[in-house]
Amino acid sequence: MMWFRILLLLLVAVSALGVVLTRSVTSQILALSFYGLLLAVMFLVFQAPDVALSQITVGAVALPLMVMLAQAKMKNRGTKRRNERNHS
Amino acid sequence: MNSRWRTRIFFAAAIGFAWIYFLGVKNLPPWGDYRGIYGQMISAVSVHERHATDAVNAIDYDYRGFDTLGEEFILFASVLGAMLLLRRPERPETTTPPEKGLSDAVKVSAAVAFSVLVIFGIYISTHGQLTPGGGFQGGVILASASMLIYIAENFSVFKRITSHPAVEVLEALGAGFYAVIGLVPLVLAEPFLTNWLPLGTTGNVFSSGTIAAISASVGIEVTAGFLLLGYTYLEDIIAKTGEEQNE
Repeated sequence: MMWFRILLLLLVAVSALGVVLTRSVTSQILALSFYGLLLAVMFLVFQAPDVALSQITVGAVALPLMVMLAQAKMKNRGTKRRNERNHS
Repeated sequence: MNSRWRTRIFFAAAIGFAWIYFLGVKNLPPWGDYRGIYGQMISAVSVHERHATDAVNAIDYDYRGFDTLGEEFILFASVLGAMLLLRRPERPETTTPPEKGLSDAVKVSAAVAFSVLVIFGIYISTHGQLTPGGGFQGGVILASASMLIYIAENFSVFKRITSHPAVEVLEALGAGFYAVIGLVPLVLAEPFLTNWLPLGTTGNVFSSGTIAAISASVGIEVTAGFLLLGYTYLEDIIAKTGEEQNE
């Protein structure tokens, strides 16, 4: 169990680094969601099931969803502006 | 400043940080050795005093209920703010783009997952006093189930459900109900947010008094809040895509 915990902590650190190093925004959102899920597993293993549940709902579902929707919105605005420029 | 100097400054800062970090974690108690007196006290008395087997929710919705009230209104205000910022000035009949139509397999599995999610969300929000969970987590689960409607059906069905006037009313009611539960004890000459409902039998769903009631009201508020948020974002995106395709 001790080794499992150490491995899990290392995995969390590595995936956090992965989130930072991912350059494409869409893949970064997915990496962020995966990182949130890993954090939830870590909370569960360290005997905090309440925090784990909150982490799943906020870190793995709500936050990536909001970022993804915001990104889609901004992308939309970008293409529209480009289209206008091309038309004029 | 050239890159060599930048590296030197980085290493100086990194060494300083490492030293302070080492000092910080040097005397940490070993794994499992919990020294928070407040936490130990609550987990010792919460079952006896509040008939709640989940001490975390006993703290969230009862002992420190006032903090959670503040948090709930933070969520309420941020949903309101997002809706205000994303509002569309003129509301033309949203021109939904032609539905691509996902495969039947996706639709069927989304429908199955939807029912499971709804039941699980209701379970989580109503059993907060017994097992880990509570209104907030359950509410997000319930709201994320609505995204499956969008996948399984199409945007117009999603819109009909999530932009229903009842959702806005439910959000306000959920937020207000928490405050009302807290205000009732003032009439009975007790402090704000006193647990005034009958405590019931430990282990039953209808136990622990106001903890269960507040958890349910938070669940309603969070569900409605996230539904509104998801709808506002998606409507905006889809309306814009529709306009582009019509051009």
